[in-house]
Amino acid sequence: MGPNGAGKSTLSKILAGHPAYEVTEGEVLYEINFEMKNLLDMEPDIRAKEGIFLAFQYPIEVPGISNANFLRTSLNSILEYHGSPPLSEEEFLTLAHKKMELLAMNPKFLERSVNVGFSGGEKKRNEILQMAVLSPRVAFLDETDSGLDIDALRIVSEGVNKLKTKNNAIVLVTHYQRLLDYIKPQYVHVLAGGKIIETGDAALALKLEEKGYDWLL
Amino acid sequence: MSRETISSDYKYGFETQIETDALAKGLNEDVIRLISSKKQEPEWLLESRLKAFAHWKTLVEPTWAQLKHEPLDYQNICYYSAPKKPTKGPQSLDEMDPELIKTFKKLGIPLNEQKRISGVAMDVVFDSVSIGTTHTEELEKVGVIFCSISEAVQKYPDLVKKYIGTIVPYSDNFYAALNAAVFTDGSFCYIPKGVRCPMDLSTYFRINAKETGQFERTLLVADEGSYVNYLEGCTAPQRDENQLHAAVVELIAMEGAEIKYSTVQNWYTGNKQGVGGVYNFVTKRGKCAGRNSKISWTQVESGSAITWKYPSVILQGDNSEGAFYSVALTHDYMQADTGTKMIHIGEFQLGIPAIPIEAWLKLCRLRKTHEIILNVILCWWVQIVAPILSPISKLKIKMQSLNMRLQPHESAKNNFFYLQTRGLNLEKSISMLVNGFCKDVFKELPLEFSVEAVKLIEMKLENSVG
Repeated sequence: MGPNGAGKSTLSKILAGHPAYEVTEGEVLYEINFEMKNLLDMEPDIRAKEGIFLAFQYPIEVPGISNANFLRTSLNSILEYHGSPPLSEEEFLTLAHKKMELLAMNPKFLERSVNVGFSGGEKKRNEILQMAVLSPRVAFLDETDSGLDIDALRIVSEGVNKLKTKNNAIVLVTHYQRLLDYIKPQYVHVLAGGKIIETGDAALALKLEEKGYDWLL
Repeated sequence: MSRETISSDYKYGFETQIETDALAKGLNEDVIRLISSKKQEPEWLLESRLKAFAHWKTLVEPTWAQLKHEPLDYQNICYYSAPKKPTKGPQSLDEMDPELIKTFKKLGIPLNEQKRISGVAMDVVFDSVSIGTTHTEELEKVGVIFCSISEAVQKYPDLVKKYIGTIVPYSDNFYAALNAAVFTDGSFCYIPKGVRCPMDLSTYFRINAKETGQFERTLLVADEGSYVNYLEGCTAPQRDENQLHAAVVELIAMEGAEIKYSTVQNWYTGNKQGVGGVYNFVTKRGKCAGRNSKISWTQVESGSAITWKYPSVILQGDNSEGAFYSVALTHDYMQADTGTKMIHIGEFQLGIPAIPIEAWLKLCRLRKTHEIILNVILCWWVQIVAPILSPISKLKIKMQSLNMRLQPHESAKNNFFYLQTRGLNLEKSISMLVNGFCKDVFKELPLEFSVEAVKLIEMKLENSVG
């Protein structure tokens, strides 16, 4: 959490490797299978293959490419990177349908072009579906709650809760406590001026809701 | 990232070493008489050539297109070049020079009887002459005529005389006049009343000889209630000099007939310094002559140093339909000026003339540096017979246009980034986005061409973005 302009979205984009940002100093170390790697040395797609995921605040539309085709190509690129055999269309659909149930999504979504003509809420749900299918190790959800109505918020949150395991981490970027009514965070960090200025548990979020950020700055 | 692949990967850039029968360079009445006599043409055709030539001499190259090139020296072009035939007499594929058979094998076009693509009849034009047409017998059974235009002049002079030059008259434009004067070969196709052509028809054009112009002339007539799907492919060797391809294609659809015409144009583009490449100046026009007739043009323009091309439709019949689907891709010094024109003429049932409406759509792309530009355009024109009370015919136009500059564009980068964060590398991301955008055009192509088009675009995009 953090005030507007604190750099929350920027941080998640940098970690995913957005080409508009240049990291001038420092490294981002990421331990995977007891091996320390610097994320900054990797192209965005390699980061994704190493298990980094970014749910976009404003997902991109890809006309002419079906959600199913996109997601399967994506999953198979990641599997291929890890030396695993690709999923057949049938295997993929079985997996995707299972994940869609978690998010109360109509299977017809798979036939539609990626995000084309989706409502704001549908786009966000689609991002979480991608996360569910790709099962990343570290996922950044950039204001996934914005633009969701109450029902969608509940469904997406429940989905996120079900996707949380011992082996992954989910970083939520949000402005609102209301998301945290559904998702119980282990930690709440406050980012301001490019630094984490406060860390606490769920209680910190409640306090921020009540008092704002001024008392911290 | 290296961009070598784009220019060096033109796998059709080889040259066939073959003995040719060619005229000396230059253009005058004698050259035209010689072409006509080599083709043993009837007097009326020679006369129309000479008339066109006389008119051409009064014209200057059009300058309205958004294209830049040095003026062409029309006296420094050879107007007729044909492979020498090993034997005289009626041409059959078995008698073909083995070098030619090898050439077409290399181009992925099997000519020998066993291996040829089933379900597609093919006419092959090498420099100035057609070297053979496949499946003619099967087509003859249903009355479909498909042969080279030279052969048609001999065998079906009345049909040719009746229709040639009626859609694109020699007076149409500079290049049309030149073509009418010196055209050498191309395809002729006639689909009789009520016949659905049992297979796709295809012509493959190849310019091989040095400093030789190719003046293609193609004429397709679909009689009442008939249907034909026609495809055209083009390649040329990699050369430092510019080669000229000035073609005229005429389509005529009678009442209730439908013609689908597709082109995958992959002439040599020139190298990345802009040296060489084919100048492709083409006049393509169809006429929906009868009620309920349909003509569609689909083009994937990924080759040529210069493309000057506006496949158009004259919507004369009531309820007739014209459509244009195009994907054009330019890189380095390539230039493409392409678009379409739909001319609405239809009349109402009571014979009150409608107001003729011209819908004009043009896309101009001129590139000089290391960039790739892709534009996709889709449009449909439907001429609807309006209720008697309505004074004008209604037009339905749907258009989708995309101009994508694949290099430094920020929003494009953002799109690629989204796909990259899903584990697709940059090249895969680009080809996925581009193919997605082009899908609506590609799906209009017959399956084999559609696969070829996707591969072609992918090959061109490879290593193209740094």
